[in-house]
Amino acid sequence: MSTLKVSVVTPDGPVLEEDFNMVSAKAESGELGILPGHIPMVAPLTISAVRLKGDGDSQRVAVSGGFLEVRPDKVTILAQSAERPSDIDVERARKAKERAERRLKDKQADIDFQRAEMALKRAINRLDVYNNNF
Amino acid sequence: MASLREIKGRINSTKKTKQITKAMQMVSASKLNRAEENAKSFVPYSEKIQEVVASIAQGGGDASHPMLEEREVKRKGYVVITSDRGLAGAYNSSILRKAYQDIRNNHTSADEYKIIAIGRIGRDFFRKRNMAVDKEITGVSDQPDFEDIKELASETVQLYTDEEIDELHIYYSHYVSAITQEVQRTKALPLNDISAEQATKSSSASYEYEPNQEEILEVLLPQYAESLIYGALIDSKASEHAARMTAMKSATDNADDLIDDLSLTYNRARQAAITQEITEIVGGASALE
Repeated sequence: MSTLKVSVVTPDGPVLEEDFNMVSAKAESGELGILPGHIPMVAPLTISAVRLKGDGDSQRVAVSGGFLEVRPDKVTILAQSAERPSDIDVERARKAKERAERRLKDKQADIDFQRAEMALKRAINRLDVYNNNF
Repeated sequence: MASLREIKGRINSTKKTKQITKAMQMVSASKLNRAEENAKSFVPYSEKIQEVVASIAQGGGDASHPMLEEREVKRKGYVVITSDRGLAGAYNSSILRKAYQDIRNNHTSADEYKIIAIGRIGRDFFRKRNMAVDKEITGVSDQPDFEDIKELASETVQLYTDEEIDELHIYYSHYVSAITQEVQRTKALPLNDISAEQATKSSSASYEYEPNQEEILEVLLPQYAESLIYGALIDSKASEHAARMTAMKSATDNADDLIDDLSLTYNRARQAAITQEITEIVGGASALE
């Protein structure tokens, strides 16, 4: 069976570089499933989990935005942060979630509100990926 | 001539200083290794993002975005990256001199520029000269994560989006090798001169865009601009450690020279004292005869 070379790259270095059979990700415009031989494509991602299916096993990576570049035999995910479940700092994510929720309750200026919302999304996403909640 | 005790004291204190500079030199050397690693691990990300940005900017004729277009420059933004601590030779002063000169030469009033300072030395420098520092970040770790400066980077890019600034320049020290660092000035925004060679390097330049080019540029370009700032930061961190290492090495060498000189003086003084004592004893003895 043909495979896709998947690499997840962040400014702090590559997170993952392996072969998989299928990639499914949540783009801004909806869910995307990518199989080998896909036409070249670029799509922005939401703060979500990217699922990578290999032979018999599947992996999840929590990405905070960024985008996805597809070539027929290669998928590259460029994100400002991306973590595998084992790299997630749960304690930190939980604290970030609480902090963001508190800020959202206080309702200060718009810009703070937006930022808190993003922070909350990122924290929830990390926790979900860690706990395998889907 | 200084007394024996005085010279002895100076030798000892110089030795102590030497121990400190030697330790700092070694610390910087190991930090430099780490910083080089960091810079290396950033390369794949920056290359990839550059490639995609270039291929979209080149390939799609109808794609337009404020960040790709030059506009009339009313106010410029300057990101100046320095260290938090000194003792790094000319590292900080050469960056600050260049940035200061450029700002002075190009602008007549304070409304025409905004300064974004990364590092305590740079911030204090501009404050002391009564130049407003709009944004600042200090205490960045020696091995910065993207997370550390993400907020500052995105706020800075936001300034451009909000048309608070019409151009963004980054001043930092580019790491060439352990003994050479160059002050570099890069224009980060607008991105109107993305090199064509980058685009041709990517084999399949034609992409499908999901949902469309505009929305992708909306996500991609700010991320790219932020990555430029981060890239400059890790580059300058490597330079900082290299500069400090070199500075501390020459301080250690100087201390060695000084200790040699002082030891020579000390031995001479000791010899002179002994000679004088003998002369006195001989003089005293011959007086008794």
